[in-house]
Amino acid sequence: MQWEPVIGLEIHAQLKTRSKIFSGASTAYGAPPNTQACAIDLGMPGVLPVLNEAAVRMAVKFGLAVEAEITPQSVFARKNYFYPDLPKGYQISQYELPVVGKGHLMITVDGSEKRIGITRAHLEEDAGKSLHEDFHGMTGIDLNRAGTPLLEIVSEPDLRSPAEAVAYMKKLHMLVVYLGVCDGNMQEGSFRCDANVSVRPKGDDAFGTRTEIKNVNSFRFVERAISYEIERQIEVLESGGTITQETRLYDADKDETRPMRTKEEANDYRYFPDPDLLPLVVTEDFVEEVRKELPELPDAKRHRFIEDYGLKPYDAEVLIATRQLADYFETVVRISRCDPKLCANWVMVELSGALNKAGLDITESPVSAEKLAGLLKRIADNTISGKIAKQVFELIWESGKDADTLIEEKGLKQITDTGAIEKIIDEVIAANPKQLEQYRAGKDKLFGFFVGQVMKQTQGKANPKQVNEILKEKLKS
Amino acid sequence: MHDKTLSELAAGLKQREFSSQELTRHFLDRIARHNETLNAFVTVTEEHAMAAAQAADARLSGGDGGPLTGIPLAQKDIFCTLGIKTSCGSKMLDNFPAPYDATVVAKLKDAGTVLLGKLNMDEFAMGSSNETSYYGTVKNPWRLDCVPGGSSGGSAAAVAAGLTPAATGTDTGGSIRQPAAFCGITGLKPTYGRVSRWGMIAFASSLDQGGPMARSAEDCALMLGAMAGFDEKDSTSVNQPVPDYTATLNQDLAGLKVGLPKEFFEGELDSGVAQALEQAIAEYKKMGVAFKEISLPNIGLSVPAYYVIAPSECSSNLARYDGVRYGYRCQDPKDLEDLYLRTRGEGFGAEVKRRILIGTYALSAGYYDAYYLKAQKIRRLIADDFKRALEEVDVLLGPTTPTPAFGIGEKTGDPIAMYLSDIFTIAVNLAGLPGMSLPVGFADGKPVGMQLIGNYFDEARLLNVAHRYQQATDWHRRLPEQFA
Repeated sequence: MQWEPVIGLEIHAQLKTRSKIFSGASTAYGAPPNTQACAIDLGMPGVLPVLNEAAVRMAVKFGLAVEAEITPQSVFARKNYFYPDLPKGYQISQYELPVVGKGHLMITVDGSEKRIGITRAHLEEDAGKSLHEDFHGMTGIDLNRAGTPLLEIVSEPDLRSPAEAVAYMKKLHMLVVYLGVCDGNMQEGSFRCDANVSVRPKGDDAFGTRTEIKNVNSFRFVERAISYEIERQIEVLESGGTITQETRLYDADKDETRPMRTKEEANDYRYFPDPDLLPLVVTEDFVEEVRKELPELPDAKRHRFIEDYGLKPYDAEVLIATRQLADYFETVVRISRCDPKLCANWVMVELSGALNKAGLDITESPVSAEKLAGLLKRIADNTISGKIAKQVFELIWESGKDADTLIEEKGLKQITDTGAIEKIIDEVIAANPKQLEQYRAGKDKLFGFFVGQVMKQTQGKANPKQVNEILKEKLKS
Repeated sequence: MHDKTLSELAAGLKQREFSSQELTRHFLDRIARHNETLNAFVTVTEEHAMAAAQAADARLSGGDGGPLTGIPLAQKDIFCTLGIKTSCGSKMLDNFPAPYDATVVAKLKDAGTVLLGKLNMDEFAMGSSNETSYYGTVKNPWRLDCVPGGSSGGSAAAVAAGLTPAATGTDTGGSIRQPAAFCGITGLKPTYGRVSRWGMIAFASSLDQGGPMARSAEDCALMLGAMAGFDEKDSTSVNQPVPDYTATLNQDLAGLKVGLPKEFFEGELDSGVAQALEQAIAEYKKMGVAFKEISLPNIGLSVPAYYVIAPSECSSNLARYDGVRYGYRCQDPKDLEDLYLRTRGEGFGAEVKRRILIGTYALSAGYYDAYYLKAQKIRRLIADDFKRALEEVDVLLGPTTPTPAFGIGEKTGDPIAMYLSDIFTIAVNLAGLPGMSLPVGFADGKPVGMQLIGNYFDEARLLNVAHRYQQATDWHRRLPEQFA
């Protein structure tokens, strides 16, 4: 039988607010345990939550970016369960009326586009962390993360393969980072994924029983976990078994999913509207205000790069990977006024290569967009050759000086004076009579030898095109 | 001094008849003498009080005191007080010094008042008799074999016996008005959102409201003026200016339209209570007040609706008491489940557990629609009843309770009978309206309370109506013989 996987993702994106969603405590990552948890985060008796408007703004921003309905009046609800890192014994979340309603995202897999439905996105607070190591059989609780704002983005079960799931997740990741609503740091848990997976005989309309894989925090693991789970389910079904609806954990070391240890009874979260918070009213004015803050989104930017700069789709895709890289590229084009393809090449090859090697982000680049533009200008006006330019690039990287200063200082200006080049060529020919004889006897390959000699004499500064032309003439006669 | 009202005490302080330290010492002495009998105070903050009184005296002699500067008062132990044990009447918080001041506490502190101590109450404000307190039953100063009412029983008893000139209370289903009635004092439950809930330990968040309990309407006006106001730390507090409640106390009542909800006078209303109310109504008629019978047809549903909504919210609000971060923790838990089960099993009393169970049940999948949602619909119907009534009349008047104070132990075995003692007060919380209780006589030697219910944010009118009555009568000036 042919099986078809059905996958839906729940992504938790940590919102990049300075303070928590219901308190004034800082959301900064990495502080010593329990130093960023105020009375509200600790669930002290008598405390009350007050909604952080910045979190609402970010949620609405996301909603607009996925062309979703923004709920005019949404409701915060309490999700009740006991856990030591859940200080109040309930999590404030949204249940029946989330702030962001139905939207969608376009993904591209193997060159074809597909529309993935987004069911909803809702605001909620994160829990703290339970630390099981280093406490001699006891559990440590760190409540720094408690109350951190999360946007839970729930997709429709529209994904049909692990590759689609990863494409969707990557696209969403890029989007929230573009929007500036999430730092996207997966290692720190700012962007986490739960995957709902089921399989059904191809052609069936009904869904099979699903399992939920919890808390996968890398693109690679999501793909592997889902692949494993699909195979496992098919194997179970084909051997006559049934799938149990359950929560599973992905073990990256063993590359397998395992059922989480759970209580026998199903969780009943006893959701009800939080009486401490009024319904969240989002006015049309507020939505319009947020709409004005929307940056150019990745799809629009890619399209524009292809149209306006004549870039190849692949190059455009690479350059729009982050807003910072795209901005860098555009700054180089604007200042240098060079061929955008030349600019793209330099950003993608020389600069990105150097950054990768040094382990730096584009925002930490020692070569600013302005300096790179200055360098490219000198290639365009023939002051230096492309080869020398690479050398100058390295010098800029090391010294921080601009291209013109370095070309001047190091005397790297290209020799374009025909007379000077002829003189050097004459000297080279005179010094190598044997090679000249062989060349004239038909050994064409030796042309490269003569070019090399000329370049050696000029430390690479001779204009290569002129060298070629003049050399060809001289060797003939 | 303990038979004086707040404004009389304030005048005495201003005129240097006595200092705040003398006044404070007087009340501390009375607490020392009588608290053993009454069990009204859980904590007495003597050092704290004397230091605050000294500071108040300095302010007073500098001439920059406000109307409450130097006045001693006490806080219901539901309000968080920085560094002072805040038990909420529970073993669960017996070891809990709050890490911050409730807004109400901070505001009264800023007004220059002196904190005498923290007052006994039903555990987590769940009770109508103060018998559910971990610290034991409070006695009614008028009849030591009777309950003071609850949950603000300690507050009511302490004011009635002159152990404090005034106190704070909280009212979720009648917890200010019912004990005020039982103890013969004046208490006001403000409009929901009028007084900040920040630092007031939650029982049922959509119903809880703090308010003043004192000898007179005038005293309540002074107290409310200091307690009320928008608080950005409480999202449900309402941003509406606080009027000077004392300014309108003496307004003429001629032409005032008062509604008598017929449902409040039907059924098993105690004859002594009915009689006292009749006399009060006659008193008002002399002032030119017009009475009209009105109907609140859905009022009979208020107790069942309340006992779904309040326990539902409480079951969630009290989930935080898990022995992990503060409060009671069971001895040597063997694992997490054991920690939860024993901490909560040992830390909470029977009534609290009963309500957590009811609420957990009502919110469970499959029951939510039938109980919680249905109760919320009834809540709207009840609010609509009041809305219609208050379009016809300015104020509603009726008994605060069906009977005067009942005996200690009389209803502890029958929770339904206990719940029904709040039958006239609960609907007001469901609608979020302001209500107050003031003494209008005695039945069988026990005080009788009259309830006034007003429109949203119409506390000034309630205080005005109560004050005019108190100008014409002296029930509010009486002290129980034993504590005179």
